[in-house]
Order: sequence, then structure tokens, then C-alpha cells
Amino acid sequence: MIKITYREAVRAGLREALKSDPRVFLMGEDVGRYGGAYACSRGLLEEFGPERIRDTPLSESTFVGAGIGAALGGMRPIVEVMTVNFSLLALDQIVNNAATIRHMSGGQFSIPLVVRMATGAGRQVAAQHSHSLEGWYAHIPGIKVLSPATVADAKGMLLAALSEPDPVFLFEHAFLYPMEGEMDEHAGPVDISKAAVRRPGQDVTLITFGGSLWKTLEASERLALTGIEAEVIDLRVLRPLDTATILASVRKTHRAVIVDEAWRTGSFAAEVSAQLMEGAFYDLDGPVARVCGAEVPIPYAKHLEDAALPSVEGIMRTVRALCWQS
Amino acid sequence: MTPNLTTDEIKSLILRILGEIAPEADLASIKPDISFRDQLDIDSVDFLNFAIALHEELRVEIPEADYPKLATLNGCIEYLTAQRQTSQR
Amino acid sequence: MSAGTLVAWLKKPGDSVKRGDIIAEVETDKAAIEVEIFTSGVIEKLLVQPGEKVPVGTVLAIIREEGKAVEPGRLRISPSAKQLAAELGVDPASVRGTGPDGAISRADIEAVARRARDKGLETIGEEPVRPLAPSPAPLAPAAETAAKRQARMRQAIAAAMARSKREIPHYYLSTTIDMGRAMAWLSEKNRKRPIQSRLLYGVLLIKAVAVALREVPELNAVWKGNQAVQSQAIHVGVAISLRQGGLVAPALHDTDRQSLDQLMTNFLDLVKRARAGSLRSSELSDPTITVTSLGEQGVETVFGVIYPPQVALVGFGKMMDRPWVAEGKIVPRPIMTATLSADHRVSDGHRGGLFLAAVDRLLQDPSQL
Repeated sequence: MIKITYREAVRAGLREALKSDPRVFLMGEDVGRYGGAYACSRGLLEEFGPERIRDTPLSESTFVGAGIGAALGGMRPIVEVMTVNFSLLALDQIVNNAATIRHMSGGQFSIPLVVRMATGAGRQVAAQHSHSLEGWYAHIPGIKVLSPATVADAKGMLLAALSEPDPVFLFEHAFLYPMEGEMDEHAGPVDISKAAVRRPGQDVTLITFGGSLWKTLEASERLALTGIEAEVIDLRVLRPLDTATILASVRKTHRAVIVDEAWRTGSFAAEVSAQLMEGAFYDLDGPVARVCGAEVPIPYAKHLEDAALPSVEGIMRTVRALCWQS
Repeated sequence: MTPNLTTDEIKSLILRILGEIAPEADLASIKPDISFRDQLDIDSVDFLNFAIALHEELRVEIPEADYPKLATLNGCIEYLTAQRQTSQR
Repeated sequence: MSAGTLVAWLKKPGDSVKRGDIIAEVETDKAAIEVEIFTSGVIEKLLVQPGEKVPVGTVLAIIREEGKAVEPGRLRISPSAKQLAAELGVDPASVRGTGPDGAISRADIEAVARRARDKGLETIGEEPVRPLAPSPAPLAPAAETAAKRQARMRQAIAAAMARSKREIPHYYLSTTIDMGRAMAWLSEKNRKRPIQSRLLYGVLLIKAVAVALREVPELNAVWKGNQAVQSQAIHVGVAISLRQGGLVAPALHDTDRQSLDQLMTNFLDLVKRARAGSLRSSELSDPTITVTSLGEQGVETVFGVIYPPQVALVGFGKMMDRPWVAEGKIVPRPIMTATLSADHRVSDGHRGGLFLAAVDRLLQDPSQL
């Protein structure tokens, strides 16, 4: 086992992919000379050269479109979009081309494209760079949406994504890049079909993903001191969602709280809640609860930003209310 | 006053009360001359409840100093029989 | 237009209606209008009488969707509790819910099933002397639940104890206490008392710990976040072992302020309810320190593991006659060991020592307890 930051784990994944498959290349804004907005690709330009580490113009529609084209042409492009808000400029390419071409061509063409982007709030970058739009992407059939929360997933999901025949979108929570974790030095691809139980428990199921996983785990440890043993599920894969794992857990605990940094209305948390209603209604001993971001543009000021995001205390409060513990 | 009881009836009564206090106990295998505490999972609270139940069912006084006499099944039968005779006189 | 007068009802309660039907006539400032409905069902109730003038927006009638039974005083019960009630043969209508707005949960159903079972036992107990009867077989699903509860308790203990040993730097202090005076005082007191109100020496120990805590209040604290907060109230948790294994340590609330008689009554009640599985969750979360005694198992000294978020635990060993030196003579005395396990982040050995000394001193003058 080695200690490694999330950022280094992403870089290790990129390097391994570039080394093992000549069809793989990385492109995006500032990925080359600058080393990536979050320094994930630092040193790769020197190692692999400008043909394979390509700085692009500031035009998401263009370079995501180019990635789709390259994938159609037999390459294995990895496209980095600086943050999820900028990806909105490429939505037409993503929704109308990447997600549909296999269908529109009657299965003749596939788009083995991998898109990575930073997501989430908590770093005082204000309303235009703090979105959590994973739920929007998870709405779209034809693509796979992944949310790596651990260092092993940061590397392993990228490698696994490159073996997929269809477009895969990886959402890296920007708050996690400096986080340290342990993983096997030679860790390879990981499963990208299942959710993971990160902490077993029997009193309540906490369902979360991405940056909220660590807050949820901390809350569960503190709840354990008050006698509530929470099971924490890291969804990992938002589309297609692994409903079997969450249903099995809720059938055991009879209670569920979903923690999702995104805005409550129309959130991915709402989808998980609906899945529980459809699949585990008669196993529930209380209403499904959600801890979500406040429905405001994410504030810049630190104290306001903190107040707008799910907190450890907020998660604990919701769980205790659901378990009727005063 | 409860009617006169035979030794067997007192024994049944003791075992029934024990069974209520220690439901997991195998009453049939209790050895009459070995203390309950060595055979059953019984603590001081259980023993107090046992003595209270005997007192209430049989209407006999059981001073604290006599608790050791209630330690075994045979001890109990002997003590309770004697106490009942004393109090009925 | 802000108000209208209901002129006439064209339907009466019980009538079936369908979307588009005209059910009433209303007169407004401008004209008489017909009230058309946009849903199908059965008229449940008419809320406004002909001739009444009401503001726009007033509900005139309630239409029940067809096929749905009328449900007066509908039960608030969780879907899972409802199923469990059916499995255990509990009538949900007879259950008082403890959730928000009286909602019935699985725990409420389980409690009723348990009480029903206990009642079965009591009924046998109430009969006059009769031959030994086999104890009633517990309900099969409830037995499963007991096994499950058992496993959960083991898990909870495992988690709390592992966390305690991982995080709390324990230190241990131990002292031997001459219980001669306390036991003499107690047997004198019990001699005059009917059997039901006799005291066990355990309550003397519990009370002595509680009163001694007033002198060393830093041991009476609980961790909240990153700091240990001293508790104003002294709630001693008493460790009670359960028959199927495992243990619980519910609180005797305001231990230092209760008389010995009150403590005895409440202690017996806690033991009874702990073993019947009907403790309240607050009783389990409230203790500010824990007292445990393993003397009856023949243990001499207890080095206990502190129960987080508490910061101390007091353990008592067995009491037995031993040689003791008093006024230069060796005399037999009932001797007992008291041990303090304490969190070194919160208190130091010096203070811990003062606490044990206070316990000893208090037990030498039991009439003050």
C-alpha cells in the first residue's frame, strides 16, 4: 500500500493509460504546458509530447466535439473539461452526439470517449464554478456517469472507463484533489457497475457519492457514539445506478438518508429517493430524508458557502431526527 | 393463610419461581445440595427477587440473616417448611 | 369578483359524480354561475349551506375518489411497521405510536409484542401454588428478533469498546476499602425492614460514587466534539448483564440527589426493564459515568473500559473477609477493591486518587449517604 493524493492517483491513471495504449491521448484547456487547472497532468507533456497531451482553445463545444470525432475514428481520447460549469457549453455535443450516435447509426458506430471534469463546491470559487451537476448528466441515456470518491477509484475508474465502448463521464470533486488516501501501488482498473458499502451498520442507511462521502463517514462515526450505527453507501456509479445495493441495505436498516451536495429540487438524491419508494416502500420505517445543498447560487463568502452545503452536523441532525433521537 | 403444603408442593413452588427469574435454566437438572448460584446464572438482584417471591407466596418472614439458608434447593425446602410451621403456630 | 352566494346544491352526499358534472349553482355580483367539477368520485361532504355567502376560493365540498374506503382517524404507521404487525399478530389500532405526531414504528410494534409475551408469563405467576409448568414458548418471529437484537447489541458493544481503546488513553487506580461499617449499618437497617424494602449494598456503592463525583467533577463529563464537557447532573450508568449475554448500562438519573430507598427502587426497576428489553433510549444515552460490579462473579479487581463519550468508569470487585490491620491489630474485615478507569485527557492521577479516597470516606459513614 502507498499513500497518495487523489490528484496523484488521477495522474497515475493518466500515465498508465497513455503508456499502455497508443490510441490514448489527453486534451483540454491548460492540460499541457500549465499541467492542468488542478495539476492532474503536470509533467505529462514532457513525458508524452504535444501530440498526446494537447492544449486546446477555450471552446468546450469544439474540443469535446473533436473528442467524439477522434473516438469515432478509433482513438481513445480523454477529454478534460476544467469544471462542470464549462461543460454546459458542450452539452449539445454530449447530449445530441456522444450519447446518441450508437443508437442513430443502428449500432454501426460507437464513441469510446472518456470525459473528466472537476465538480463541486467548498473552495470559495463562487456561484459560477461551484456546481454539482452530476445529476443532470445521470439523466442522459447513452452515457455512463462515474463519481470516484477514493484514490483507488480516482485511478481505477479512469482505467476501467477506457475499456468501455460508450462515452464515460468522470466527475472528480475538486475538494478531493489534495486528499490523501491509501491504495495498492499497482492498483488497476476497478469495477464500474456497483455501489460500495463503505461502512456497515444496521440502524440507518446513508447514501451518498463523491465529495460528500467523507462528511457522511465522519457523521456516521460520531453517530456511532450516540448508539446509531449507520451503513454508508458510496454510489460510485450514478448511471446506470446500482439499485440492488441500496435496496438491500434499506431492507436491512429500514431507514434512509441521502446526502447530495447538489440542489434539492430535481436532484440525484430525488431519484434515489424515488427508487427507494418503488423498491423498498414496505421496508421503510420512516420517510426517506435528504441532506442537500441550499437552493441558492453557491455563495462566495466562506461562512455562507459552508451554510449552503451539507455539513457533518447537518447530516447527524437529520439522521437523529429520523431515528427519533432527541 | 395458604393451605398446608407438602414438601413436593414447596419444591414445585421454588422451582417455578426460579424458572421465572432465570427462564433459561434447566430446572430438571438442578442438584438439590449445590447452591443455586453455582448452578444458575443468578445475581444478588435475582436472589432478592427470589426471596421476595417466596415471602409473598408462602407468607413467611425471611430475615436477611437467614439468606444463606436459602442457597440450595434442599436448604430452601427445609427452611421454608420450618418457618411455615413456626408462623402457623 | 371576490365572493359568491351558494344558491343550491344539485348533488347530495353519497352521489357519484364525474368530471364535467355541474354540482351547484352560485350567484355572484355579475351573474349566476354553475359550479363544474374537474374530478370524478363520490360526494363525501357538503361544506357550505345554500344561502351562505363565502369568499372566492372557499372549499364547497369534499369529493372522495372512487374505490377508496373511508378511513376515519387513519393510522399513522410506517409501511414496515404495518407488515411487522401482521407478522407478529399485533393489532396496529391498539398501538400507541411514539414517533412524530404519534406515528407507529417497528419499535412500537415490537414493544407491544414483547409486552404481550411478558403478560403471558405474569398470568402464570398470578395463579396460586401449582405444579411446575413449562415456560410458555415465545413467539417464533419474536425469538428471531431477540437473536437479532442480541447480535446488534454485540456489534454495538464491539464498536464502542474498540473506539474507546483506540481513542481514550486510560489510566487505572485501585484501592481496597473496608466495608465493615457499611455492612453493619446496612444489616441493622435491613433487619427492621420488610423484605420488599431491603437495600442491597450495591446501592451504597452507587450513591457513594455519585456523591464523591461532586468533589471531583471532571470525572463526571462527556465528550462533545473536541472537548469534554462537565455535566451539571450526575447520572450514574449501572452495568447490567443480560441473561442471553451482553450488557447494558442505563442511567439512574440524578443519582446523587436520590435517597437510598429511591435508588433501590429505581435500580430494581432498571434491572427488570433491562432484562425485558424495555429501556428507554434516553436511559441508555444519558449516563455521565458508569459503575460496574463483578464481585458476584468472584472477580477481585475490575479494570473497566470507559464507555464513550464518558470519561470514567468505576469497577467494584468481590467483598470477602480478609485480614486487616486496625489500631495495630489484625482483624478480619469485609474488604472490597474499587478501581477507577479514567480518561487521561480529562483528568490526572492525583484527582482520580482524591475521588477514590472520597468514595472510601463516604462508605465509612453510610448514614450520611
